Amino acid sequence: MGKKIDEALVRKVAKLSRLELTEAEIEEFTGQLSAILDYMEKMNELDTADVQPLAHCLPISNCFREDCVKESLGTEKTLANAPQREGEFFKVPKILEESSG
Amino acid sequence: MDELLNISCKELRDKIAAGEIKSTAATEAVFGAIKKCEPTVGAYLQIFEGEALAKAAEVDEKISRGEAVGTLAGVPIAIKDNMCTTFGATTCASKILENFHSPYNATAVGKLLSADAVIVGKTNMDEFAMGSSTETSALKRTVNPWDVRRVPGGSSGGSAAAAASGMCFAALGSDTGGSIRQPASFCGVVGLKPTYGRVSRYGLVAYGSSLDQIGPITRTVSDCALMMNVIAGYDPADSTSVGEKAAPVCDYLEKIGQPIEKLKIAIVPQFNAGADGQVRKALNEAINVYKNLGAEIIEVDMPYLDYAIAAYYVIATAEASSNLARYDGVHYGYRTAEPKDYIEVYTKSRAEGFGKEVKRRIMLGTYALSSGYYDAYYLKALKVRNLIRSDFVRVFERCDCIMMPVAPTTAFKIGEKIDDPLKMYLSDIYTIAVNLAGVPAISIPCGFDEKGLPIGLQIIAPAFSEEKLLRIARMYEAQTDWHKKRPVIEVKE
Repeated sequence: MGKKIDEALVRKVAKLSRLELTEAEIEEFTGQLSAILDYMEKMNELDTADVQPLAHCLPISNCFREDCVKESLGTEKTLANAPQREGEFFKVPKILEESSG
Repeated sequence: MDELLNISCKELRDKIAAGEIKSTAATEAVFGAIKKCEPTVGAYLQIFEGEALAKAAEVDEKISRGEAVGTLAGVPIAIKDNMCTTFGATTCASKILENFHSPYNATAVGKLLSADAVIVGKTNMDEFAMGSSTETSALKRTVNPWDVRRVPGGSSGGSAAAAASGMCFAALGSDTGGSIRQPASFCGVVGLKPTYGRVSRYGLVAYGSSLDQIGPITRTVSDCALMMNVIAGYDPADSTSVGEKAAPVCDYLEKIGQPIEKLKIAIVPQFNAGADGQVRKALNEAINVYKNLGAEIIEVDMPYLDYAIAAYYVIATAEASSNLARYDGVHYGYRTAEPKDYIEVYTKSRAEGFGKEVKRRIMLGTYALSSGYYDAYYLKALKVRNLIRSDFVRVFERCDCIMMPVAPTTAFKIGEKIDDPLKMYLSDIYTIAVNLAGVPAISIPCGFDEKGLPIGLQIIAPAFSEEKLLRIARMYEAQTDWHKKRPVIEVKE
């Protein structure tokens, strides 16, 4: 199975997870995730070459509903939980840099 | 405990409907128990006393006017705080959703309301249902009503503790890897995880979407059946809920008193060997009760069960890492105070808003899904999941059900496992395979250990056979008195 997780890999996974971890957390998680992943190696005892993956236990494939117009939540309800809003918008910090031209 | 609090939901409902007991009196008795026990037990995150009493009065009035009322008319019920409600907040016991107010009700909650249930409050849990002890709650500590130094189990620890201590007549929990059954076992109450797809997940805050299922926590098997009569069924809002044609719901209560003839019970001796001596002893005694009722006991081998924890903690965390990506500090939930750019809105809001166990699982799942590791972990786990399911299919070809412990031990001490996540995960050994296979399972009280802590018997049945499963459970309950025992709660002055 994959190589044991080290601090560099923990930093990479934290970045993928969009989690800003403290140095203490990185150290703690490196040890704990290594131990958990070591345990998961147990799965390698099983030969699964001819086994189909099972993502889901129900024999359901595509579930389509009628394509019809229904009432939506509306602006006020939708924005009611917004951490920051401005008028009818969710407010977030600027994403694009100011351009000079 | 107040005598009124000792009766079942079913009896309470019948007596309220007959005008023999007022829902107002039952609801007041519940709030009396809350005033007495809650400072010690800490089962609730929110309590709706005014609203509950108003609803109870409304039900009483309807009945006195001779109007029709719902299946749970006037019965005080608690809801785990990972189900969306338009009343109160829906926190998942997290800081990130501490102030989140859902614009809609979960389908299961809506069904309770339509059945005229009285909603008492929302119960504590492990943060985002990630944990086995309710210790990962970012908002509150819940203790076991049988021993305040011990955990109530988890993740539905608040619901189980509330039901055990008379602070509600029944509760809703959710079960992704044992989160209904294990706390029910630790608190000496009944907990049912229905078949995946039996109860709508709409409005249940997602953790592991292919595993999550809502179910009842009650004090008797019949009450579990009564609750299922209300919450089970197809929901067009949940694309994984199962339709009436494929698996019709039935009246789970109708034949609850009828034993199953020629019952065949499978046991897995090798697998059970990992449980504590007293847990195994209680299990064996419970199986003897069935033997005396004429059941045939068949020893089986389920070789893939040993791999369930490894597969589960890959699959559940992978699904969690994807589900919890929605908490971005933009549309709802906690946002960091002064982000220097939009990336920090994500990284800092999530760092400050999530607790350690949630972060750990997001990390683990992200790793298992990341490029270069996907095949070795996630795909491998899905294949192992198929093997585990095949173990169940094979056994159910010749047996009606499987019996095993719910947990390897009784309730453990607060703090005992919280710093060692792998140790905590390993305590889920007996409950987890059921979620991977999608089948229903129940935990019912089957004795106490030497310390006076409750032990649960787990009964597992084929998909969509809840009616039979509940009848099998009732056969045992009718022969024993374990479910009548109540904890004596130390009252804080």
